[in-house]
Amino acid sequence: MLRYTLIRLLAAIPVLFFVVLITFTLVHTAPGGPFDDERKASPEVLEGLNRHYNLDAPIQKQFVDYVANLIQGDFGPSFKYPNRSVSELISTGMSTTLELGIYALLFAMCLGALTGIAAGLKPNSLQDYMPMSIAMIGICLPSFVMGPLLVLLFGIYLEWLPVAGWGLSPGDKLLPSITLGAAYAAYIARLTRNGMLDVMSQDYIRTAKAKGLPQYRVVIFHALRGALAPVISFAGPAAAGLLSGSFVVETIYQIPGLGRFYLQAAFNRDYTMILGTTIFFAVLIIFFNILADILLAWVNPKLRQSLRGNSR
Amino acid sequence: MPLLSVSNLTTRFYTREGVTNAVENVNFSIDEGELLGIVGESGSGKSVACYSLLGLVPCPPGKIESGEALFDGKDLLKIGERALRDIRGNSISMIFQDPMTSLNPYMRIGDQLTEAYRQHKKSSKTEALSRAIASLEEVGIRDAEKRINAYPHEFSGGMRQRVMIAMALISEPRLLIADEPTTALDVTVQAQILELLKNLQEKRKLSIIFISHDLAVVSNIANRVLVMKQGEVVEQGEVAQIFNAPTHEYTKKLISAIPASGKPAEHKFASSSDKLLSVENLYTRFNLQSGSFFNRKNEKLTAVNNVSLDIYKGEILGLVGESGSGKSTLGRSIIRLIEADSGSVRLGDQNIRSLSPSDLRKARLQFQMIFQDPFASLNPRMTVFDALAEPLITHKLIDEKNLIQTINELLDDVGLERKYVRKYPHEFSGGQRQRIAIARALALRPKLIIADEPVSALDVTIQAQILELMLSLSKKHNLTMLFISHDLAVVRYICDRVMVMQSGCIVEQGETETLFNSPQEAYTQSLLAAIPQIPSATG
Repeated sequence: MLRYTLIRLLAAIPVLFFVVLITFTLVHTAPGGPFDDERKASPEVLEGLNRHYNLDAPIQKQFVDYVANLIQGDFGPSFKYPNRSVSELISTGMSTTLELGIYALLFAMCLGALTGIAAGLKPNSLQDYMPMSIAMIGICLPSFVMGPLLVLLFGIYLEWLPVAGWGLSPGDKLLPSITLGAAYAAYIARLTRNGMLDVMSQDYIRTAKAKGLPQYRVVIFHALRGALAPVISFAGPAAAGLLSGSFVVETIYQIPGLGRFYLQAAFNRDYTMILGTTIFFAVLIIFFNILADILLAWVNPKLRQSLRGNSR
Repeated sequence: MPLLSVSNLTTRFYTREGVTNAVENVNFSIDEGELLGIVGESGSGKSVACYSLLGLVPCPPGKIESGEALFDGKDLLKIGERALRDIRGNSISMIFQDPMTSLNPYMRIGDQLTEAYRQHKKSSKTEALSRAIASLEEVGIRDAEKRINAYPHEFSGGMRQRVMIAMALISEPRLLIADEPTTALDVTVQAQILELLKNLQEKRKLSIIFISHDLAVVSNIANRVLVMKQGEVVEQGEVAQIFNAPTHEYTKKLISAIPASGKPAEHKFASSSDKLLSVENLYTRFNLQSGSFFNRKNEKLTAVNNVSLDIYKGEILGLVGESGSGKSTLGRSIIRLIEADSGSVRLGDQNIRSLSPSDLRKARLQFQMIFQDPFASLNPRMTVFDALAEPLITHKLIDEKNLIQTINELLDDVGLERKYVRKYPHEFSGGQRQRIAIARALALRPKLIIADEPVSALDVTIQAQILELMLSLSKKHNLTMLFISHDLAVVRYICDRVMVMQSGCIVEQGETETLFNSPQEAYTQSLLAAIPQIPSATG
């Protein structure tokens, strides 16, 4: 297990390197630069800026310098917010984005798993068709449609919840989390349902029933671990998607998260900021995928053994 | 008064395709300490009958239409799910066919053993654990105290079935329902499990319902036998009467279908001149890795260990051995479905092992395989016609005009009606599917056919038909065949020569009857001794 984790972490290094290389090449080959503003700066000022930010060096040297700084944990200064470093900017937005992502994931996991289990226990009944149809709608509705609809209903007509903000008034974290998590809840519900159906037809479930165990024990102790395996492998990429995909939701609800910085950075050609946020998200995505694989091995003792290297 | 008496049990399945009468008006009873065998082919309703008693038939689509099952004065079919739960795993326990899939792979066996006991006896965890250890020891698992924390995949097949039995017996049931408990096991392991069940029956005065498709096994272990066919009981009685003086036609047919004799056709005895295939010093190894990160062990498992063999033109060579003996690996190494590590394989004047990939593809015309499970090895989206035509067209063996004629002849050969040619594999029964697989292997007129357990997945009457077909085809087309099987009776029936394989090595070989009548090696002797035989009327 330890060995497997180490290998996965080591394998992440080349992946990250290529992420940096490709992003770096893309942002530098894209037309325009960080200082092409509406207000034309004089050539002398531009030259000074370029020298200050090391943009006058050959592109290869810029890359080497950037990676060298990166290894020391320095993402460089932001081009657009002078006197502030990229690390600072990321850390301000990070906690909000992470919080939102975690709430959304929790919401998606709880609602998805519960409805999925209920549906999977009584396939082809009302208990199955109802939530699964709703789940289908949840998958089809993008968050920029879902968000305003929820705001309209709970914020404006019913006036139960605040329409925007984050941590400013009680309950304002609820709607953004639901908006962001809804599609994932729907996916998880469908995955859990199918996993449940698959597991409930296994021989060992028949054994558990033949032992005279009550239904709840059969479901919780025998079926659930197997049924949730596909959900766990989905949860890794999903967690990453929740964190990096929160931009739309952050905009709808006026949340000061990382997603907005990311988009602004791209419009502004803020090279270091684009690279910094991309690397940050890449690290998160890799981390959550590794975490999901480790969790999978943890629930499945047979997989654990094969990871230890007993396969041929 | 009998322990359990079942009368007029009828169970039906309501599906989109219509209503199936899985169990029709079944009556039987079992006394305390008695072992009742239920035999029948797949789909005869023998399992469904027993599952109905315990409410384990999935409903829908299943529905118990009528009947009464008196156990301890209570009607199991009427008492309801809650009361039934108190009986299941408590006074009536079950064990199943495949212990690998029937044990929860995610749970330690200790938890699986104690859970039913704690549920029914409301005992403490420590008490349940000591009961579990005692129960494991009773079924012959050594080091039970340590093994109790292992997962099912850490046990061998036979040990897993012992764990299942321990699990069923932990709450001291009065009735044990064993559904094909030895079908997935090797013959020597099967003998041990049967012995164990027999001992438990005597020691504990346990009643056992033993469901099996294998008549020989049932004849050895049961006191009374029930024969089922298509949901109905066609005959029941004392074991001696059923096997020595069966009255019903179906019972007679079942018994006569067991290959109990040597090859009915004349044996072909090899002469050194017409050697078709010769294998010399073949080794196939697999890598095994174990140990922790800091203490890696790279071990090699030698699946085929220095095997040399010759196959002569027109003979059927049997290759027998238990699971893991390397017999399938040997078959696949010969035709390079698995690459061997060293040795030579010569087919005629060609060295198979030194062929380039493109030459190998051409050479594959000369050898074909027949697999155990025809359903898994036929493409479900291809009709019979496509499946048979494809190899002929790919290898450009035939022009369009003769294609239909050739395929019709192939179907005639394997005894399938010509009108089936546009059907898909799922529309056929298991036996018919195996006929298609044989036709496909024959289509290319191969020099050598490797048949890997071709009849193991089939019912005994179907198995008899397929064996008959293979014999007649081998005579008609002068086929040369390597016949891989774990079933010694089948091998004896069809093969001219036999080789016995154990842990990668050929331990003994010889002409079939010589080898079966006077085995030289201890391993062969123990294999032969473990085969269950139907006791003959005279002895």
